[in-house]
Amino acid sequence: MIPTVEQVREMLATKAASLTVEREQLLAVANFLKTEPQLQFDFCSCVTAVDYIKQDCIEVVYHLYSVALKHGPLALKVRAPRALEQCRVPSLTPVWRGCEFQEREAFDLFGVKFDGHPDLRRILMWDEFVDHPMRKDYVPPMDYEWEPTPHGETLARAKAQGGVVPASVLEAKK
Amino acid sequence: MSATGIIETQTLEVSLGPQHPSTHGVFRMDVVLDGERVVKLKPVMGYLHRNHEQLAEKMAWLGSMPYTDRLDYFCSMTNNWAYALAVEKLAGIKVPERAEYIRVIMAELTRLLNHSCAVGFLFSDCGAWFTPILYALRERERILDFFETVSGARMMCNYMRFGGVRVDLNDESLTMARDLVVRWPAFLDEFEKLLLANEVFLARTQRVGILPRELAINASISGPMARASGVEYDIRKVDKYGVYDRFDFRVPVGEKGDTFDRFMIRILEMRESVKILEQALRNIPAGPFIAPEVKLRNFRVPAGDGYGRIEAPKGELGFYLVSEGGAKPYRYHVRPPSFINLTVLEDMCLGHKVADAVIILGSVDIVLGEVDR
Amino acid sequence: MAVDPKLQSDLQKQGVFVMPVEFLYNWSRKSSIWPVQFGLACCAIEMIAAAAARHDIARFGAEVFRASPRQADLMIVSGTVTKKMAPQVVRLYNQMPEPKYVIAMGACAISGGPFKDGYNVLKGVDRYIPVDIYIPGCPPRPEALLHALMTLQEKISKQHLNEARWYKKETPAEFPVPQYGAHDLEPPANPKVWEPPKK
Repeated sequence: MIPTVEQVREMLATKAASLTVEREQLLAVANFLKTEPQLQFDFCSCVTAVDYIKQDCIEVVYHLYSVALKHGPLALKVRAPRALEQCRVPSLTPVWRGCEFQEREAFDLFGVKFDGHPDLRRILMWDEFVDHPMRKDYVPPMDYEWEPTPHGETLARAKAQGGVVPASVLEAKK
Repeated sequence: MSATGIIETQTLEVSLGPQHPSTHGVFRMDVVLDGERVVKLKPVMGYLHRNHEQLAEKMAWLGSMPYTDRLDYFCSMTNNWAYALAVEKLAGIKVPERAEYIRVIMAELTRLLNHSCAVGFLFSDCGAWFTPILYALRERERILDFFETVSGARMMCNYMRFGGVRVDLNDESLTMARDLVVRWPAFLDEFEKLLLANEVFLARTQRVGILPRELAINASISGPMARASGVEYDIRKVDKYGVYDRFDFRVPVGEKGDTFDRFMIRILEMRESVKILEQALRNIPAGPFIAPEVKLRNFRVPAGDGYGRIEAPKGELGFYLVSEGGAKPYRYHVRPPSFINLTVLEDMCLGHKVADAVIILGSVDIVLGEVDR
Repeated sequence: MAVDPKLQSDLQKQGVFVMPVEFLYNWSRKSSIWPVQFGLACCAIEMIAAAAARHDIARFGAEVFRASPRQADLMIVSGTVTKKMAPQVVRLYNQMPEPKYVIAMGACAISGGPFKDGYNVLKGVDRYIPVDIYIPGCPPRPEALLHALMTLQEKISKQHLNEARWYKKETPAEFPVPQYGAHDLEPPANPKVWEPPKK
């Protein structure tokens, strides 16, 4: 549901202006916020994703400012399910070009796919990498150097994986 | 030669980087060339991705402060301030006046050293092999000496804390800072005269890499790069964070948006920074240097999320923090100016020669610690 | 093989300098070590500061930072080596001609440093290439880099012509370049270079 100008103005007067929309209305709301003459949110400052594993969703947050009218920020939030196949959100790169690289980063690190993005591929990790490392359930590969006193989490994981030295290195040494 | 007598040509794909003589770090540009002209350019990054954001989720709020030093490793003070500002906004901490003045002094000194080195490195990209950098580094060493006296480290200062700064400035340090600032106008005159009188530099930078104003706003470009394209937006004037509304300074805005404008904006901003520093060093009040009610041990932030940003020397540096009320952040995101300023690299370089592409990259003024985090 | 010092000083007074060929060879090599321009991260800035006017690295002969690895004999790995960058580092090392040396500058190059928890961080460049000098620090001061250079010079002056590492049969001509795998680099370390520590 597209908000009215008065509602947005009221939000902006508070300390943390935030607007949560459904995926289907995201493009319409974004275009409204950008083109409406009294709002003119022409500067999309920050795009990021947050993994709410307990609520089983990933939330993509867009922070918008206005260069023409010098107000902001307004946080535009949209949620998508965590499962990789259903984690899709419409891309706002056609509206604000500055979202291009940041949406690619959200795809790379969280696995959120942006429909309508001109060039959606990995940006920070190498192309052959398959995991999405910033998700809360990501397990990094076990390649710790042996520490003189491995303790806590390191020691527990090392024991679970059968030793502090990676198995592939021991194999190659034989 | 083909049957009709016309020479057939092919495009050439060149990978500029990740190791290259221009000192911008491990950044790669996949360039498709038609002769010497750039037809397509794709930036490739991630060669310094050190998963700073994931590390912050495992550490306490204050534990990420030394890591913010290593984001834009040239300007550690402003990185610290951006993070402290974001946390203070979320936690509702009020910073005492003296601490705000100290923060402004550190930030403007950082702006001076960043811009002078950026100009020096831009000249090195043009081919003036190391000499302008030597002049810039000579002044930078003085500022680093001051930082070392105050915070104990040359580059990775780890100086700001939530609610203020770590250590107070005593009279000796203030005298040192005043002596520093007094030298800068003369140095800037010398620097500018040496550089602007060079016709080769003027020919190589004017009308090269033009960024139109509308594209700059749409592509979220910030900092000196946006102001060179005519976008009159300086976060120090818009958000009025800290005590910047007490200082009298102008915001230089360019007209054409080419490489020369980006270079001149940095020189003019250095002069404005000197003005701010003179005012701050004259008017700094006495008082506490950190908010007394803040308990940094077992520091917790109330639940919620917030975005705090400052005008870092490279652009808008912002931190988006999500807190669940605990001792560690739930989500910690850095909005890096260099990363986003690279969005329009291809647009600026199309049609120019490959040597110009190197200079245009130099004028964007990136630092890889920030681009890749 | 040392020359009798009294004979040496008598001859010197006549203007005749006598020394082993090895001494001359090592002296000329250590006085003109040319590093390859290879800065990765924050330590690279201290390396540039070491090359600047205040801490002048040119005094030690290392003034010319060569852009091409084929013309350099020292690689100062300054900064974090990430897994995405590791194949490039090994490739550059392979392209340097013998005799070549590596200085691991900074905590990140030694062992991953403050970013040791990283999924993209290589826990030390000595997992793939042999390192001669380690400089701890984050970042180490330019004076520390100069000290490391002097230590390297001492190391070179002690090397013997008939025991050079690069003439031995077991030294590979080229170190294997790691490939990008689905979760990690393959192999995660070079077993001939990095010894898993004995428990």
